Amino acid sequence: MIRDDLRIGVFVCDCGSNIAGMVDTEALREYAGTLPQVELSIRNKYTCADPGQQEIQKSIYEHNLNRVVVASCSPASYEPIFRQCIEGAGLNRYLLEMANIREHCSWVTDDKADATQKAKDIVNVAVARARWLYPQDEEKIPVTDAALVVGGGIAGIQAALDIADSGHKVYLVEKKPSIGGIMAQLDKVYPDIECSI
Amino acid sequence: MMDVGRHPNIELLTYSEVEDIRGYVGNFTAHIRRKARYVDEDECTGCGDCAKECPVVVPDEFQMGLGSRKAIYIPFPQAVPSAYIVEDKECLGQNPIACGKCIEACEKNCISFDVQDEHLEINVGAIVVATGMDVYDPTALDEYGYRRFPNVVTSMEFERLVSTGGPLEGHLGRPGDLKQPRKIGFIQCVGSRTQNPEKGNPYCSNVCCMNTIKAAQYLKDNYPEIDISVFYMDLRAFGKGFEELLMRSKASGVRFIRGLPGDIEEVDDTGDLRVTVENTTAKRLEKHEFDMLVLAVGATPAMGTEPVRRLVSLSKSPSGFLKEAHSKLKPVDTPTKGVYIAGAAESPKDIRESVTQAGAASSKASILLNKSKFSIEAITSVLDEDICKKCGQCASVCPFAAITWEKKQLPKLISAACVGCGNCAAECRYGAIKMRHFSDQAVYAQIDAMLEENSANKIVAFACNWCSYAGADTAGVGRMAYPPNARIIRTMCSARVNPEFIWYAFKKGAPVVLISGCHYVDCHYIDANRSTVRRMDGLWDGLEKAGLRTDRLLLEWCSAAEGGRWQTIMKETEKKRQSVTSEEIDGTRTALEDAKIPRPRNPKASDENQDADFVCMRCGYSWKGNYRSNVERICPQCRSNSIRWLKKKKNK
Ligand SMILES: Cc1cc2nc3c(=O)[nH]c(=O)nc-3n(C[C@H](O)[C@H](O)[C@H](O)COP(=O)(O)OP(=O)(O)OC[C@H]3O[C@@H](n4cnc5c(N)ncnc54)[C@H](O)[C@@H]3O)c2cc1C
Ligand code: SF4
Repeated sequence: MIRDDLRIGVFVCDCGSNIAGMVDTEALREYAGTLPQVELSIRNKYTCADPGQQEIQKSIYEHNLNRVVVASCSPASYEPIFRQCIEGAGLNRYLLEMANIREHCSWVTDDKADATQKAKDIVNVAVARARWLYPQDEEKIPVTDAALVVGGGIAGIQAALDIADSGHKVYLVEKKPSIGGIMAQLDKVYPDIECSI
Repeated sequence: MMDVGRHPNIELLTYSEVEDIRGYVGNFTAHIRRKARYVDEDECTGCGDCAKECPVVVPDEFQMGLGSRKAIYIPFPQAVPSAYIVEDKECLGQNPIACGKCIEACEKNCISFDVQDEHLEINVGAIVVATGMDVYDPTALDEYGYRRFPNVVTSMEFERLVSTGGPLEGHLGRPGDLKQPRKIGFIQCVGSRTQNPEKGNPYCSNVCCMNTIKAAQYLKDNYPEIDISVFYMDLRAFGKGFEELLMRSKASGVRFIRGLPGDIEEVDDTGDLRVTVENTTAKRLEKHEFDMLVLAVGATPAMGTEPVRRLVSLSKSPSGFLKEAHSKLKPVDTPTKGVYIAGAAESPKDIRESVTQAGAASSKASILLNKSKFSIEAITSVLDEDICKKCGQCASVCPFAAITWEKKQLPKLISAACVGCGNCAAECRYGAIKMRHFSDQAVYAQIDAMLEENSANKIVAFACNWCSYAGADTAGVGRMAYPPNARIIRTMCSARVNPEFIWYAFKKGAPVVLISGCHYVDCHYIDANRSTVRRMDGLWDGLEKAGLRTDRLLLEWCSAAEGGRWQTIMKETEKKRQSVTSEEIDGTRTALEDAKIPRPRNPKASDENQDADFVCMRCGYSWKGNYRSNVERICPQCRSNSIRWLKKKKNK
C-alpha cells in the first residue's frame, strides 16, 4: 500500500547548460509540481553544489518532505552524495530517487521538444518509484579481525606481509611443505636477471 | 620469504589444505587440514643428518625430476619453514622395526611417527586467494618430442639446469649426457596461443617471451660462446625495461627467427636435435641443428585453485583463471564480498605484477578488517513466510549460496551473503521473495508511469546497474544521440526481471520490451544472467503460444564501456517499435489475459545436447546448434543477443 502521507520534493538540475541547454528545465519543474503527492519542485543551476544541497536540506525541514527525487545526472555519479545530503536532514538514505535526465536524456537527444518530453517522463517514472520507497536499515555485521591467505607463492607472501604489517592477524596456508611457489624454482628472474629468492 | 616465517602477525600453515570455508564477508570460518610432517618444525635445525641415513631415493620434484632426494628431505635449501619433512607415501616404515634410521640419526629427537594430521578451525573476516598457476605439460605435443628426446627440456627444467642450486650445481649440461651444449634453441608459445585444444590454450601466457629473453641473455653473459636461436610467432616485450632487455640480447648475438618449428628429430645417436621450421620472415623452409632445445611452456590454471574457487563461489574467466569483479575497476575484488584475488591465480603474470596485485588485494582486505562493523547495502532479499510454498527453487538459482533450503522447510536467506541481484525474487512464482529497495511494486509503478501517455511510442527497457545502465551513461558522456523513445528501469541484474514484469508491460500497451544486461561472461553476479537467458526462451515461447509476435521482446548485452553499442541498440529497438502496429498493441491485452506466465526450468542435459534452431529476433537469421553452442547468444549476422533457442517439440 502506498502511504497517503507522502510529501515528495523534486529537485531539477540545470547542470549549467548540460541539461538546461537541451531540456526546458523550467517547464520540467512546473510539470513535476503537478504530479500527485509532489509537495514542491525546485530548480537549481547546480544541485550537487553546496547551495543546491543546502536547498534540499532546507526544503526537507520546511516542507516536511519524506521522499526526494533529484532530476540530474546518473546515480553512478552523485547518488552517494545526495543520499548523504538527505541523511544530513534527517531522512533515511533510501528515500532518495534519481532521475537521470543528463546521460540518458539531454546528452543523447537532438531535439529540445523531444528532450523535454523525455525528461518529463523520466521524472514521472522516478516519482512513481519514489512513492514505493521505504526507509531501510542497513544491517551491520561484525568483522573478525583476521585474514586467510590461500597460496604461498610470491603473491600470497606479499599479501600476507602487507596485511600483517597493517596490524592484522594473517593465516597463510600453503599446500606444499615450503612457501615460495614457482618463483622459488627460478634461478634468475627478469627484468634485471637477478636471484629470485 | 624469511620475513613471513618471522612475522609476529603471521601464522604460517604449510603442508596444509583448506577443506571447507563457510560464512560470509567479515565472518568466514575455514577448516584447515595440517598434514603431518613427522618432523618437529620448530625444533628442526635443518642439519640434514637424517637424510644422509634415509635409504629411499626418489626423483626430486623441486628439481623437476632432474635430481633426486630422500623420503625425508627439505624441499630446497632456503625453504620456509626451514625444516625437514617425511613424505609418508615414500617412507619405508612408520615404525622403528621397519626402518626408522632417521629417528636414530636425529640427535635433537625431532622426528616422531606418532603425530597425525591436525584439523584447525580458524575465523577470519577476509580471504585472499593466491593459488597461482601451473606450468603447461608439453608431453601431448608429439612434434616437439618432449620425453622422447632427452635433450628437449621445458623452460622450467632449464631453470633448474642452470641454477647453482640445481642438480648440476650450476655447470651447464644437457640432460642426455651432461655435456655442455654449444648450440641451444628456444621454442616459444608452447601450449599457448593456439585454437587447437589438443595443442594447448588460446591465451598468451604472458611471461614466456621475457623468460626466454632473460635465459638467453643469462647464457650470453656467462657462456658467450654458446650459439642461441629463438623461434617465435611474435615477441611480447611490453613491460618496463623489457624492450631494453630484448635489445641487449639481440646485441649480444641471440638470433630471433620468426616461425614455430613443425618437426623435431634426433640426429642419429648424437642426442642432437634437428629442427624443421618455416622462417616466415625469409619465407623459406629451414633446418637447424641444436645440442639442446628449450620449450617455453605456457601457464595453465592451477589445479589447486579449483577447490578453493568452489568453496568461496568465485567464477572463472573463459581462460579458466579466476575472474575479477570488474576487468578495469575492480581487478582484485571478486563477486563474493570479502574475498580478493592476487597473482597468477587471476591470469598468467610475472613477479612484479603479482606483487603489485598482492599489494592491492591486501589493501582491500585491510580496509575491510579496519572496520569493526560492516554495513550491507539494504538491497537484500527477504522472505514472506506466509506466501512461501517451500519449493526451494530460490535456493537453486542463488549464485552466492546465500539461500539454504531443505525439503519441506522454509528456505533460509542469509542476508550477509546476499548481494541483491534479485535472481531469487524473479524465480519465485509465488512472489514470496521481496527485494528491499528494488520492490516489485516500484517496478509496476514505473511501468505504469512510463506507459501512462502515448504508450505506443514507448520502449520499456530494463537495464542492469553495472553494465547496460552504465553503458547508456557512457553513450551520454560520448554525446551519442539516439531516438528518445526508451524509458529505463534500473535493476541490479538482468536476472531481477521477473517474467511477470514483462507480461505486465505488454498488457499495459508496451509495443516493445527490451532487457539488457552485462555480457554473458561479465555478469556481476557470477552467472545470474544464465537465468535471464533461460527466462527469455520461456517468454518467447509464451508470446508465440499467445499468438503474439515474439520479436517484440528483445535481449541485448552491453558493457559499461560500450556507449556506441547502446546507441545502436536504441536505434535498432526503435526500428522494431515502429514496426509494431496499433492493432497488434490493442490485441495484446486480450491475448495475454489468460496466458500463463512462462516459468521455464533449465533445459535437461538431453535437450541441451540436441541440435535445435537458434533464431535471431532482430534480423530473423537462423541456424542450428545445441544449447551450449552459443552461450553468449550472439547472432552471427547482426550481433544481436536476442537469440531464441527453439527446443525441439517432443513427437506426440
Ligand atoms: C618457467 C617460468 C619462468 C618465469 N620467469 C620469470 C621471471 O624471470 N621473472 C618474473 O617476473 N616472472 C617469471 N615467471 C612468472 C612467476 O613465476 C610468477 O609471476 C609467480 O610465480 C606468480 O606467483 P603466484 O604467487 O601468483 O603463483 P605461484 O608461484 O604459482 O604460487 C602459488 C602457490 O599457491 C600454492 N597453492 C595452490 N593451490 C593451493 C591450495 N588450494 N591451497 C594452498 N596452497 C595452494 C602453490 O603450491 C604455490 O606455492 C616465470 C614463470 C615460469 C613458469
Ligand atoms: S608470452 Fe610470448 S611465448 Fe608466451 S604465449 Fe605469449 S607470445 Fe607466446
